[in-house]
Amino acid sequence: MGINYLYPPFEIIRNQDRCIACRVCERQCANLVHHYDEDKKRMTADESLCVNCHRCVSLCPTRALKIVKTDHTFKENANWKTEVIEDIYRQAQSGGVLLASMGTPKEYPVYWDKMLINASQVTNPSIDPLREPMETRTYLGKKSAKITRDGEGRIITSTTGQLKLDIPIMFSAMSYGSISYNAHKSLAMAASELGTFYNTGEGGLHKDFYQYGKNTIVQVASGRFGVHPEYLNAGAAIEIKMGQGAKPGIGGHLPGSKIGEDISATRMIPLHADAISPAPHHDIYSIEDLRQLVYALKEATRYTKPVIVKVAAVHNISAIASGIARSGADIIAIDGFRGGTGAAPARIRDNVGIPIELALASVDQRLRQEGIRGNVSLVVGGSIRSSSDVIKAIALGADAVYIATSALVALGCHLCRTCHSGKCNWGIATQNPELVKRLNPEVGSQHLVNLLTAWNHEIKEMMGGMGINSIEALKGNRLMLRGIALHETELKILGIAHAGQ
Amino acid sequence: MKRIYVNEMWCLGCHLCEYYCAYANSGIQDMVKALKDKQIQARITVEQRGTISFAVNCRHCTEPLCIKSCIAGAITSKDGVIVIDQSRCVLCYSCIMACPYGALMPAREGVMQKCELCTTNSQGQPACIQGCPNKAIVFEER
Repeated sequence: MGINYLYPPFEIIRNQDRCIACRVCERQCANLVHHYDEDKKRMTADESLCVNCHRCVSLCPTRALKIVKTDHTFKENANWKTEVIEDIYRQAQSGGVLLASMGTPKEYPVYWDKMLINASQVTNPSIDPLREPMETRTYLGKKSAKITRDGEGRIITSTTGQLKLDIPIMFSAMSYGSISYNAHKSLAMAASELGTFYNTGEGGLHKDFYQYGKNTIVQVASGRFGVHPEYLNAGAAIEIKMGQGAKPGIGGHLPGSKIGEDISATRMIPLHADAISPAPHHDIYSIEDLRQLVYALKEATRYTKPVIVKVAAVHNISAIASGIARSGADIIAIDGFRGGTGAAPARIRDNVGIPIELALASVDQRLRQEGIRGNVSLVVGGSIRSSSDVIKAIALGADAVYIATSALVALGCHLCRTCHSGKCNWGIATQNPELVKRLNPEVGSQHLVNLLTAWNHEIKEMMGGMGINSIEALKGNRLMLRGIALHETELKILGIAHAGQ
Repeated sequence: MKRIYVNEMWCLGCHLCEYYCAYANSGIQDMVKALKDKQIQARITVEQRGTISFAVNCRHCTEPLCIKSCIAGAITSKDGVIVIDQSRCVLCYSCIMACPYGALMPAREGVMQKCELCTTNSQGQPACIQGCPNKAIVFEER
């Protein structure tokens, strides 16, 4: 076995005065941390197995448990930090790529937190959303730049393939396979109730979920899993996934152990075969190739559905977006580098890509300069954490936002970042039937509906404060934003003035 | 009448309902004091085999066999809720023999006990429902 250089990162503190030995912690931990000692007649724990997911803490009826960070330490070193040393130990032992899940935990600047929102005072009135109309409905898709009239002089208002969103927030792509059946069902039910959309991710659409089709965005990714004509026509829009914020430039790998019967049928791949998404689409090497796929998909759906092209936020994103806007796509989705994932190489997740705030600002600016902003709608994702992030994104130029991590947190995710283990104690990132059933979609979808209803109230309040009564009037309204503690280059890219100016 | 129903599809076999039941009927304010180092006396039982589990308690039958079998007249129906007058129970176990659900059991004090939908304690509504983490137990009209 050799020497284990790694000391467990967490300690499980059990208040034995409060523990009633009901053993719910033992029964609910898929990592087998807790057990009952018959001789001592008390619960004990093996903290080396703990991933700090809080399942036991949340279910303990007497609040006898808490998890704390160990204070075991290396000799302090600002350069060789604990996690750096431990990662080297891990790789020296395994010889493998370090895997990680969810968004990067590294301390990069969060520009949402460095922008402040305006409010009306004296010279223009603020609006009370409880007394006056306040519109949070928005439409995604190509907007015609010219007014055209029919023979009688009436304006032709028909626009092809628009997505109607009652709130400017959609659930972003998470495949059935990376998340559970019940997690998918919760998202589908919530999207239906909220009048917005959820996204199948690259794993196809389970036959049970065709009923939520009008609130579904179906994705076509490099693996083309589960893509067939019925699938393309089942959703309200089709998304071509070129990249993902958490792992730009690389593909995906769903291990064969997760490919059970349902997933195998949905993805149209053999049972227990690894599902490997290539890094590129092998038929796309240029904007012209992308255009071919966009039109192939439009052809397959008789030009009734908008096509979204999703890319990761990387260097030169504005040039890339400009190309996409000319490819015939109706919507561009940009995923920032803080976005989540079910599994990614840690080094890529933590070091590749750029923040969504900067990508969004430069793309919106570039498309405006080129006069093609109306060709496409812009949707951004990659760590939208609250209603104020939504407001800031829209003011920077987004038409709507994608949320996924926030949605999973609403479903019970505690961001323990071990999705890749497949043992999610909250029934989200797992395919183990015993764990999947821990997420009752009736409860899950209600939490999602509650979250977005609350955000919508807050969005209305903040818009009202600015004297703005519709999402349309807020879009790209960068005068409503001021930067704080940002240097000149950052302000220039964001296209905003500093607070006080 | 509102009754307790279980949905085995969502039951996780965590047994929390049993602990919340025992606590609710203990008459003690503090859960730790009520349950620590004690054999709990729950009126709801999680039945489990393999991966299937569900909680069983009194069905509050419209034709309760327990009432018919009770030789002491201790079990009665109060607006549909089947309740037991423990002061009259003679612990003959006839009700145990009669109940097809195994919903009655001896209490610590040497008399029978059963689920009374938390109408006789301070809970207001059944404690098992409130304690279930996955809505596997519901209290509703059907």
